[in-house]
Amino acid sequence: MSDLLAARSQMAVSLAFHIIFAVVGIGMPVLMVIAERRWQKTGDPIHLDLARRWSKGTAILFAVGAVSGTVLSFELGLLWPGFMELAGGIIGMPFSLEGFAFFTEAIFLGIYLYGWDRISPRAHLWAGIAVAVSGAASGIFVVMANSWMNSPAGFDMVGGRPVNVDPVAAMLNPMAFQQTLHMTLAAYAATGFAVAGIHAFLLLLDRDNAFHRRALSAALVLGAPAAVLQPISGDISARSVAARQPVKLAAMESHFETMADAPLIIGGFPDAETGETPYAIKIPYGLSLLAFHDPHAVVRGLNDFPREDWPNVPIVHTAFQIMVALGTYMALVSLWAGWVALRLRDVTLSRPLLRALALGAPMGFIAIEAGWTVTEVGRQPWIIHGVLRTADAVTPMPGLVVPFVLFTLLYCFLGVIVGWLLYRQIIRSPKSSEWSRRYTPATLRRV
Amino acid sequence: MSELRLADVLAAVLALSLNAYVLFGGADFGGGVWDLLASGPRRNRQREVIAHAIGPIWEANHVWLILAIVLTFTCFPPVYARLGTVLHIPLTLMLVGIVLRGSAFTFRTYDSQHDAAQRRWGRMFASASVITPVLLGISIGAVASGRVGVETSGGFVQQFVDPWLTPFSLSVGLLALTLFAFLAAVFLTLETNDRELSDDFRLRALASGVAVFLGSGLVLLLADEAAPMVRSGLVGSPWSLPLHLATGLAAVGVFAALWLRRYRLARLAVGLQVSLIFWGWPLAQYPFLLPPSYTIANTAAPEPTLRLTLIALLGGGLILLPSLWYLFRVFKSGPADPDGSGSLHHSSDRLHQ
Repeated sequence: MSDLLAARSQMAVSLAFHIIFAVVGIGMPVLMVIAERRWQKTGDPIHLDLARRWSKGTAILFAVGAVSGTVLSFELGLLWPGFMELAGGIIGMPFSLEGFAFFTEAIFLGIYLYGWDRISPRAHLWAGIAVAVSGAASGIFVVMANSWMNSPAGFDMVGGRPVNVDPVAAMLNPMAFQQTLHMTLAAYAATGFAVAGIHAFLLLLDRDNAFHRRALSAALVLGAPAAVLQPISGDISARSVAARQPVKLAAMESHFETMADAPLIIGGFPDAETGETPYAIKIPYGLSLLAFHDPHAVVRGLNDFPREDWPNVPIVHTAFQIMVALGTYMALVSLWAGWVALRLRDVTLSRPLLRALALGAPMGFIAIEAGWTVTEVGRQPWIIHGVLRTADAVTPMPGLVVPFVLFTLLYCFLGVIVGWLLYRQIIRSPKSSEWSRRYTPATLRRV
Repeated sequence: MSELRLADVLAAVLALSLNAYVLFGGADFGGGVWDLLASGPRRNRQREVIAHAIGPIWEANHVWLILAIVLTFTCFPPVYARLGTVLHIPLTLMLVGIVLRGSAFTFRTYDSQHDAAQRRWGRMFASASVITPVLLGISIGAVASGRVGVETSGGFVQQFVDPWLTPFSLSVGLLALTLFAFLAAVFLTLETNDRELSDDFRLRALASGVAVFLGSGLVLLLADEAAPMVRSGLVGSPWSLPLHLATGLAAVGVFAALWLRRYRLARLAVGLQVSLIFWGWPLAQYPFLLPPSYTIANTAAPEPTLRLTLIALLGGGLILLPSLWYLFRVFKSGPADPDGSGSLHHSSDRLHQ
């Protein structure tokens, strides 16, 4: 394994691991707040139980997210010093703001988790809202920095050095809005669907469990609207990729030849040597229509670009297909859930819907991993699109396979533990003995 | 404000956030040290007090380090690139320590309360709390000795090991560890109302205070040859004498306050003492960030970046500082648990059952 590949792999593992926890840190606080608010309004103790269980899950996941995020902030320099030396002064701004947002999130999460009996219920709810808002803000700032790598702005390169640096223009780069919108919706949809799916599954086993019914309802309030809006945001994103990173779009769509009336290629196995995509479904005019909202538009193909500027086509194309397929499933199931809720007033009455939701539990997170594969692998061989190649940014440090293996093992270990703890502490139904103890008035007063 | 002055201000803010990390994050690591060294008849209750003290605040305290890192790569990008390259090995190991410390602490809080599980996570949390400060100190020692800021050539060892694996760097690592343990022990005297438990921590504070004294002496001794710039700054600057006098006074204050069990006073004095010891380092190597070649001026990012970062810091501070004040007011205005026992269970078990 070359050092460059080891560095890229370590970065990929670190990001793929961290993003799950980052997304949960954006989505779960909203669920906690919904449940706590419902408890305060209705006095129904099950909502309080939900808020507490969810805050416990958030605590575990947020801690792992905080430390794995620290790893990333160091890895930028440990693995890509060439990138940071060039980019730090230009794109440090959103990172600084992210630092503050994350700080605020950590402070109010501490208050929320440990402050149940130390501050008023009103202040406690507001602490939860502060966690949710700063969590979303911190995600938005980080994605802004990433979008700059796709559409660099706010500087001129003169003699290999950046001049006329404008950090605000860099932060508000042309792809910032599209990417942050797509990612924020993804975070809400993925968290909402994961929680809804788990409780839908448990409802299939234990139909009248009031705990799971309330959990499912709160999770759908968060996840379903986001999943329905996500295809629209995806369309906005894809069109900006078509305009600014045509080679990435061509790889996503496995589109080899520049042409008008370009068909949309779904599935298949792209072969970069022959320029064919066997076993694919072709929809006439589809790509021109999607990329430029005009069935006759000319879409540039991979052959328009030098071979050394191509990303890995099979990976990008396949990841893109996975993301779109899962996103479509989630949007359709959300519409179905909305229809069932309107018609029957209770989504738990439809067992086929519960099955579909249970099946969708992991889909949001898989779609997020696939989507990040599209945007990161699709940007290769550039670390800053059109400005700096990844190979020129990597550290001169040899033996990078060692830290790669080290962090991979570390994250596998943490992943297993976190999964086990979540199962045991959060997901599993409350036992009947716990119910009677928990919901006696004396217990409530102690809260 | 001229460009140079602006960069100086940001370098000062960078040092301040590191100072805050040493005081707050450092004390959390020190808590882990005392978890490892918990002993005597009140062993388990010591651990509970520590867990209860760290629980609500360690994640927020940890962000001071992230802020320092972000300020480094935003305002002084070449410094960040150089640190990441030369100190790749100690920083990577430090990250492993940070990851294991934070996750093991959280796992211990939320895993079952059976002894076996608690001991397993507790051991991991405590050993990571010992290793991480040493690696942080080693990295700071390497910078202070001028081995990071100098162009190196030769093989792997010459470029990536020699700059930080020196007796001097190791002594700074040890000093960091003793400082953090000292801070934690003093802070912990205030985390319980139980006189015996307070006395346990008081004794530990006095002992680690002596260790800090010895550690500082060792660092200064080795600095003679290994870090001449820092050494001469610490000894021969116009501010050296006042700094050492103030540090000495603060140290005497800590010991006296501990002796008299005036713990609030001790907390204040130890914060002052540790901050003064810390500030000796950036002051002694000013205007260098990585002596002997990377200065504040020659590594600073373009002026608009510096100006906007400063504005962001001020704006962020307006949200951050009141929030931090609120956090500490809620959790640090007095021991939560009048009987000083069962603190961990008090806050977490109730969530479990």
